[in-house]
Amino acid sequence: MLETQAKAIVIGGSSGALDALGVILPALPRGFLVPLAIVLHVPPSKPNGLVDLFRATASLAVKEAEDKEPLAPGTVYVACPSYHLLVERGGYFSLSVDEPVHFSRPAIDVLFESAADAYGRSLAGVLLSGANEDGALGLSRILAAGGSTVVQDPNTASARQMPEAALRDGLAHRVLPPRDIAPYLVHFAAEHFAPGKSPVKEHG
Amino acid sequence: MDAEVTLDRAETGEFGDFLEAIFERYHYDFRHYAEASLRRRLAAALAHFGYHELSELRARVLGDREVFTELLRFLTVQVSDLFRDPSYYRALREHVVPVLKTYPSLKIWVAGCATGEEAYSLAILLREEGLLERTQIYATDIHPESLRVAEEGVYALDRLARFSENYLLAGGRASLADYYVARYASAVLDRSLKRSILFADHSLATDSVFAETQLVSCRNVLIYFERALQDRAIGVLHDSLCRRGFLGLGSKESLRFSTHAVSFAEFLPDVRIYQRR
Repeated sequence: MLETQAKAIVIGGSSGALDALGVILPALPRGFLVPLAIVLHVPPSKPNGLVDLFRATASLAVKEAEDKEPLAPGTVYVACPSYHLLVERGGYFSLSVDEPVHFSRPAIDVLFESAADAYGRSLAGVLLSGANEDGALGLSRILAAGGSTVVQDPNTASARQMPEAALRDGLAHRVLPPRDIAPYLVHFAAEHFAPGKSPVKEHG
Repeated sequence: MDAEVTLDRAETGEFGDFLEAIFERYHYDFRHYAEASLRRRLAAALAHFGYHELSELRARVLGDREVFTELLRFLTVQVSDLFRDPSYYRALREHVVPVLKTYPSLKIWVAGCATGEEAYSLAILLREEGLLERTQIYATDIHPESLRVAEEGVYALDRLARFSENYLLAGGRASLADYYVARYASAVLDRSLKRSILFADHSLATDSVFAETQLVSCRNVLIYFERALQDRAIGVLHDSLCRRGFLGLGSKESLRFSTHAVSFAEFLPDVRIYQRR
């Protein structure tokens, strides 16, 4: 079950997000001890080539997130096509085939909201380039639960709609270009919460 | 799904109490469902009923069985297609059907059939393989309204393009149009398919085995359960299968973490078809 200090990072994006991740993931050092879960909108028919793509450049372990799999430190989990990816309070993933959200399955909101429930202020959410408004609601849940939020600077995004929707709603602690996101996450991973202030985790 | 209404973290105890109360009142057991997606669906139900607090919904649901029936629509998942995941059906046709042909009669169980798409897909496949006449398909679900829709075998016509594409990718030998007639905006499936299917109420969370079967298909059901309930359900599926019987799961489900894994061989791992030892 979860340590009280366990943290997690969730990342979402669609169009243009691969470019940003191509900058972010390689810049996360070996020894980075926080799990990351990524939802990207991909066409349902395509096999999940994202894992191979990320493996080629990341120094962290990369794999597809599996149903009921515990989140392990320093691992990058990629949502598989056609299923929503959710984080349970026990610190493990679930999949679902519930209706698409924002025409997407997996949807960023679904991952972000469930992770906010599970990790509270020990969660960082990163919303990248994209061409619809998925993720804004999820980011607001992360914020409400006390987590940290980062939105890609729309000026660096090839599709502005997704980051702009989040900024319009005032949901970002930080607005950063891709090259500054990994350093932010490294800082987030190293940060110690004051004793007694760490979030309480319910067990599965 | 409308997720504007959310159940916040403080409501954990209330959430558990709600599920407990439903179990006591109606004997539907959601207590060991995976919580995150259940919370999402419950939040959508709150929005639908126009409530902000779980306690308000709880009072309505416990006081009125019809409201509970309406709530069930949210708590259960009813998304499927004819021949969803064509590679699964193609594998059944190419590798499982030859074994099924060695039995003089067949019983097949579709566990968690929702609105019937999977059961009808199997019926079509078995008819094309000359097996339907000697097959009894049991298709079960916990949701009465889904079973009613399944029984009707009528689907929106605009879904048929995708169904047809799936059917062909699944190795269909004819045209899907041979199995339905279009009526206004609906496709009415061939009534004769239904003669081989018995739709019935059954819960993998609370009920037990009811027949000995040669094939159980249980797709995208286990993902909604916590691991302990997954194990219970797989135990029921296992006990239903004859020796060398087949178990088909969803494309992202596996027996790897189950205590029952040793009781099965990985028959076709790529499409998650297992064989009881």
